[in-house]
Amino acid sequence: MSKLDHSSPSDLFQSGKKETRLFAYLCAAATWSSAAILVILLSAVAFKSWGWFDWQFLTSYDSRRPEKAGVFAGLIGTFWMISFTILFSVPIGVGAAIYLEEYAKDNWLSRLIRVNLSNLAGVPSIVYGILGVTLFVRMFGVFGEGGHLDSFIGWKVEELNFWGISISLPLGEVVLAGAMTMTLLVLPVIIIASQEALRGVPPSIRHASLALGASKWQTIRHQVLPAAIPGIMTGVILSISRAIGETAPLICLGIAAYVPFAPGGIDSPSALIEHPEGMLQAPFDYFTVIPIQIYNWALDHREAYKGLAAAGIAVLLLMLLFLNGIAITIRNYSNRHIRW
Amino acid sequence: MSLERPRTVEALKERLIEFSLFLCAFASVLTTVAIIFVLFSEAVFGLSGTAFFKEVSVTEFFTGKRWSPILKPQEFGVLPLIVGTLWVTGIAAVIGLPIGVLTAVYLSEYAQPRVRRIVKPFLELLAGIPTIVYGYFGLAIVTPYVIQPLFKDLLGFKVGTFNALAGGVVVGIMIIPMVSSLTEDALRAVPRSLREAGYALGSTKFDVVVRIVLPAAFSGVVSAFLLAISRAVGETMAVAIACGSMPNLTANPLEQIQTMTAYIVQASGGEAPPGTIEYQSIYAVGLTLFVMTLILNIVSQWVMLRFREVYQ
Amino acid sequence: MPELPSITPELQIECEQPQPVVATHATKIESRHLDFFYGDNQALFDVSLAVPERSVTALIGPSGCGKSTFLRTLNRMNDIIEGTRHAGEVLLEGRDVYGKKVDVVALRKRVGMVFQKSTPFPKSIYENVAYGPRIHGVKDRKKLDEIVEKSLHRAALWKEVSHRLKDSAMALSGGQQQRLCIARALATDPEVLLMDEPASALDPASTARIEELIFELKEKYTIVIVTHNMQQASRVSDYTAFFYEGKLIERGGTEELFRTPEKQQTQDYITGRFG
Repeated sequence: MSKLDHSSPSDLFQSGKKETRLFAYLCAAATWSSAAILVILLSAVAFKSWGWFDWQFLTSYDSRRPEKAGVFAGLIGTFWMISFTILFSVPIGVGAAIYLEEYAKDNWLSRLIRVNLSNLAGVPSIVYGILGVTLFVRMFGVFGEGGHLDSFIGWKVEELNFWGISISLPLGEVVLAGAMTMTLLVLPVIIIASQEALRGVPPSIRHASLALGASKWQTIRHQVLPAAIPGIMTGVILSISRAIGETAPLICLGIAAYVPFAPGGIDSPSALIEHPEGMLQAPFDYFTVIPIQIYNWALDHREAYKGLAAAGIAVLLLMLLFLNGIAITIRNYSNRHIRW
Repeated sequence: MSLERPRTVEALKERLIEFSLFLCAFASVLTTVAIIFVLFSEAVFGLSGTAFFKEVSVTEFFTGKRWSPILKPQEFGVLPLIVGTLWVTGIAAVIGLPIGVLTAVYLSEYAQPRVRRIVKPFLELLAGIPTIVYGYFGLAIVTPYVIQPLFKDLLGFKVGTFNALAGGVVVGIMIIPMVSSLTEDALRAVPRSLREAGYALGSTKFDVVVRIVLPAAFSGVVSAFLLAISRAVGETMAVAIACGSMPNLTANPLEQIQTMTAYIVQASGGEAPPGTIEYQSIYAVGLTLFVMTLILNIVSQWVMLRFREVYQ
Repeated sequence: MPELPSITPELQIECEQPQPVVATHATKIESRHLDFFYGDNQALFDVSLAVPERSVTALIGPSGCGKSTFLRTLNRMNDIIEGTRHAGEVLLEGRDVYGKKVDVVALRKRVGMVFQKSTPFPKSIYENVAYGPRIHGVKDRKKLDEIVEKSLHRAALWKEVSHRLKDSAMALSGGQQQRLCIARALATDPEVLLMDEPASALDPASTARIEELIFELKEKYTIVIVTHNMQQASRVSDYTAFFYEGKLIERGGTEELFRTPEKQQTQDYITGRFG
C-alpha cells in the first residue's frame, strides 16, 4: 500500500484507494448506526406505549388492573426525592469545587481528594445503593426491636415524634434516605462539572478583583461564582437528570413499586393548602419513583404491563428531554452573551 | 490611613468559609471511606446481621461453582455470577468498542463540522438515556425482534425470553458514546505535525489514520476501553431486566444468566430477609464488584496519565 | 551626576532637584534592596527604587527584565502565585507593605492597579465601577452613584457612557474598556496607581486618550507605569527606570535618561540595539 508506484501517472488524480474509501464508509456507518439505534429505540417506546400513555396514566396510582394503573405515585415521589437531592448536593458539590479550584494548594491532601473524586465517579451505582441501605435505611441495625441498642441496653426506640411529624428509626425506605443516597451518587459528577465551570472563568477576573482590594471570598462570591453559574447549572441539570433515571440503588434501598399514597399526604394543591404540615412529614414517608415502577412493570409477564412500562419510559424520557433542553438553552445563552 | 487595619473578624470569617468549603471537598473522601467500611465490615464482621465470611470461607466463595443463596442447600460460589458478568462485558466490548472507536475516528478525522454538529447530540442523547430504558429495549425489542428470529427461527438454537446476549448487546450500545467521546479526545491530542509528516511521505488518509494517528493515540484508546469495560461490569438495570436472574455457569450466551449486579438487585429487592446470610451475601458480592471496577478505573487512569505525559 | 542606581533613594531625590517638575515631590513608595524569587528563579536582584509622589514613573526594559514583577510587588499581587518569596523591603510612606501585620486588602485599596488586557467584569458598567467601593463597605446608593460618576469623569469616560450605565461592560470598545478599568481602580480612591502596559493592546487613537488621561491623573495620584514603548515612556513620564535582567540599571528624570543615559546598556536599549 505504501509501496511507491510510478507506473501510472493517473494515480495522482485518484482521490483514494479502495481500502481508504472502504474504511471511511465503515467509520461513517458506525457513527450513523448510533443515531439509527436511538431512532429505533425511541420509536419502539412510542409504539409500545401507544394507548397507554394518557391523562389517566399520569394521574392514577398503580393498580392490579393494568388499564387503571398509573405513574402518579412515581411522579410525586421522584419530585420529592430529586428536590431533596438538589438541596443537599448542589451546595456541597459547588462548595467542594470552589475549594478544589480556588483554595486547595498542591499538596498530598488535595491530590488525594482529586484522585478519589475521579475514582468515585467510576463506582457502580448499585454500590451506592448498598451504602445507602446500610447507612440510611437500616442504620447498621442499631435501632428497632432486636437492634444493637435493644440487645445491649434494652432501648427499643422505633419512632421519634416532633410536632406531629413521625420519624421512624431506622429511617427505612423513605424519601430522605433515597435523597441522601442519590446525593452521594451525584456529588462527584456535580463537583467535576462545577470545577470545569470555575476553570472556565479567566484568572484575569480574579486578579482584577483582588487588585481592587477584594478579599479572596469576596472575589469568589461576587465575580467568579456569578460568571461560572451557567456552566454549573448545566452540569447540575445533567447530573440531576442522571439521578432521575437511576434505578439500581433505589431497588437496593428496598423502595417499593406499589405505593398507593403521596408522601406527606400531599396529592393535590388543595391537600397542600389544607395540610401544609404534610410538607414536613413528606421526607419521612415511604415513596416510589418512576424507574422503579417501570422496572416492576417490565418484569411482569403479562403483555399489558409491557405497554405500561413503555408509557412509564415515555414519561421519564420526556422529563429528561425537558431538562436537557433547559441545559442546552443555558449553554447557548451563556455562549452568546459572555465572551472573555 | 494605616496599612494595619485590624480585620480579625473578617479574617476569621474568611478562614471559616475556607474551612467549610474544605469540609465539602473532604465529604467525597468520607464517601469512599464509608463505601469501603460498609462493604468490608458487613462482609467480614457483620455489623447488622450474619457475617458472611464467617459462614462461607473465602476459598469457597471464589472457587465454588454453584450460587444458590435461597434454595436449599445454600451454596455461595460466586463463579457463576462472575461468568455471567464476563459474558455481558465481553459481548458489550465486542459491540461497543469497535463501533465507538470507528465513530471517534470518523468524528475526528473525516466528518465535516456540519456533520459533527448533527451527530454529536445523537450521541449525547444516547448517553443520557437511563439504563432501565436500555433494559426494557433489550427485553422487549432486541430479544423478540432480533435475537429470536436470527438464532431460533433461522439457526435453530434455543433462545429464552431472558438471555445474556440481549443484555450484552444493549450494554454494548450503552458504552458507545463513552468510548467514542474519550477516544475522540485521545485522537485530537495527537499533534497535527505527526499527521502532516505522514501526508508529506505520500501516505493516504487510511495510512495516516491507521498507521500513525491510532498507534500514537494507543494508550488513550486503551484507557477509554478500560473505563468502558468497568462501566459494563458495573452496569445493573439493563442486565437485571434483559439477562434474567438465574446464576448459570454456562458457555452459551443464549441462556439466562445472572450478573453480580443483577444478583444484588434481586437479593436486596425483597427476596432475602435482612440480616440473614442470603441478604448479607450482597456485601460480599458488592465488595467483589467494587474491587473489580476500582482496579479497572485505576489502571485506566494510570494509562491515561502516561498518554498525557507524551503529548501535553 | 553621580552613578544613580548605587546611591540611596534619599540621595536620588536630591540629585533630581535641578529638574523643576520634581523639586517638591516626596517619596511615595519605594523598594529597598528588593530581591524576588519565583521558586528557584530569581526575578529581581537588589532593586532599590524610589517613586516620587504625584508624578509618573515609567519602568522600561526588554521582556522578562523584571519590570512587571517589580510593579506587582508594590501591591503584593505576586502573593497569589504559589511559591514566590522576596527579600528586602517595599515601603509605602515608610511602612513596609510586606510587614507581618499588613492587610493586603488595605494595601490594595491604597495601591490600585490596571492590567495590560482590559479586564471588565461581565456585569454592567455601573456595577464594574461600584464594585470596589461596595466591597469596602459603601452601601448608600447615593454615595455610590456619586463615586461612579466622579470616577468615570476622572477616567474621561463619563460622556460616552453616562446614558448607558446599565449596559454590559463587555459591549464597550477596547479603549473604553481600559478606561473603565481605570475608573474602576480610581473608585476605591487609591493613592498610587500601577499600570501594566495599559495601552499595549489598543489602537493609536485609544492609546493617545489613555496617555492624556495619565497626564491628567498625576495631579492627584502617584503613577507607576510599565511600558514597552519608549516613545510612550518619554511622552507620559517624569521619571524613567531602566530594568535589565532583573536589575535596576539606571533611573532618572525621563528627559535626561533618554538624552544622556549614564550606562552603556541603557544607551543600547533606547537606541534600539537590543530588546
